[in-house]
Amino acid sequence: MNQFPHGWGRPRDDVYGAYDASYLNSTEPVTHTQRPIVTGTSVLGVKFKDGVIIAADNIASYGSLARYDNVERLLQVGTHTVIGAGGDISDMQYLHLLLDNLLIREQYPADDHHLYAPQVHTYLSRVLYQRRNKFDPLWNSILTAGADPKTSEPFLSYVDLRGTTFSAPALATGFGAHLAVPILRRYVPDDAAAEALTQEDAEKLVEECMKVLWYRDARSGVTYSWAVIKKDGVETGNKKIENQSWKFAEMIKGYGAQNI
Amino acid sequence: MASSYMLPYAQQAPPSYAHPTEASQPRQHHWSPYTENGGVILGIAGKDYVILAGDTRSSEGYNINTRTARKVFSVGSGLILGVVGMSADGEELARKVTRKIDDYKRNHDKHITVSAAAVMLSRILYQKRFFPYYCQPLLGGLDENGVGAIYTYDYVGSFEREQSRAFGSAAALITPFLDNQINLKNQFVPGSNGEQPKQAGDLPRATVEKIVKDAFTSAVERQIEVGDGLQLVTITRAPPRTEEEADDDDWTGAAISVELSPLKKD
Repeated sequence: MNQFPHGWGRPRDDVYGAYDASYLNSTEPVTHTQRPIVTGTSVLGVKFKDGVIIAADNIASYGSLARYDNVERLLQVGTHTVIGAGGDISDMQYLHLLLDNLLIREQYPADDHHLYAPQVHTYLSRVLYQRRNKFDPLWNSILTAGADPKTSEPFLSYVDLRGTTFSAPALATGFGAHLAVPILRRYVPDDAAAEALTQEDAEKLVEECMKVLWYRDARSGVTYSWAVIKKDGVETGNKKIENQSWKFAEMIKGYGAQNI
Repeated sequence: MASSYMLPYAQQAPPSYAHPTEASQPRQHHWSPYTENGGVILGIAGKDYVILAGDTRSSEGYNINTRTARKVFSVGSGLILGVVGMSADGEELARKVTRKIDDYKRNHDKHITVSAAAVMLSRILYQKRFFPYYCQPLLGGLDENGVGAIYTYDYVGSFEREQSRAFGSAAALITPFLDNQINLKNQFVPGSNGEQPKQAGDLPRATVEKIVKDAFTSAVERQIEVGDGLQLVTITRAPPRTEEEADDDDWTGAAISVELSPLKKD
């Protein structure tokens, strides 16, 4: 008998051979994401009377290069949830994969077991917080938007690469947190204001904010995807920013063809 | 003369074969897993009550994330936990404490005492000694005698029981106010010519509530990370058990009430 406790309960070397530890000595170093590479910019979300609207443009940048101009950054998850991600696009696509698998595992409509926005948001926040604990973050800031199919109660929450979460009647990630949130809060300062806001006004508000971002955020695009989530499900579409006016640019010295 | 190998790396001349551009050097990126979400919490223990209050602003740098974030959580068995610092770590800590208090109840078939929960929280914090939770917790509850208790912690689990404590970005503003108004520091009996200091005693709950609200309204004026709303959580002794409650395992002897009131939003 092996008298040494560390050997107890382990496969015996004289029967099975010595433990093959070669897989532990990988020749490659462990790599962590230390900066985002291909990135998406802001995502906007606003609650209104009986639902929530979320929007994100279709640009994926490579540094300052607008590398891809037809990227879908909104993803419908289940029947009453849409998530929108800013930050690293490959990390976003990995999260999409995780959510697809989550739905396959957990969604049993026949047993009346669904995943709605609160569940999706909690799942994402746990994944992102775990990855930050491993010092290997998923470089995203994400809005989760949804509505309860029974009560039509809107849901809107934020989570980022450190696992920080919060909710508000109007939210924006990235540059939108600086440029869009002040506009959104003027119309939707609290839950009571969101409950009074019509869908039409909410759509106009988002359109206005996307236009401001297109004017002032150099990483933004002229086309964007939107999704409205209400009691009866998700409605999505694409939009181009219309009625642009670049008159303000004339006031800026050093912009365009001027003799300075 | 000192050889080059004795010098720290930064002082060494680059080897002649080194490429002069920055790109050829190994690049180090610094990503911090920590962030600071601001806010302030304040706990005061009385003869038969505990008050734990926090503002409801969550910020990051100069951005206000939301005006409705709560910092004080009910963690079960009649205990409350306030957390301030990094909200992701704080909420994780509150979840973990809630879970552990529930485990205790299931394992021992009794509610955890506030002193036992205080040690448990210390252990939870110390378990992450080398990657600490970036938050300062205040644990509140009524002790075995029904007397209010506030336990205060540092990031890695050092703790003590105190009468009053403020944590967070306006702690430096509120602490001297508490010293003066709760512990009656620098106050003297009138007519004693500054000879006889006033003795701190038990303050009635209504007075303490006023002091708490004054502390927050003042902090809001001077600290940009504090504002929006006040979440005031109070534990008092529950009324004596009724006949129906005699076998109720959830009865803790503590009654928790939450009051939300507005603070300045600027």
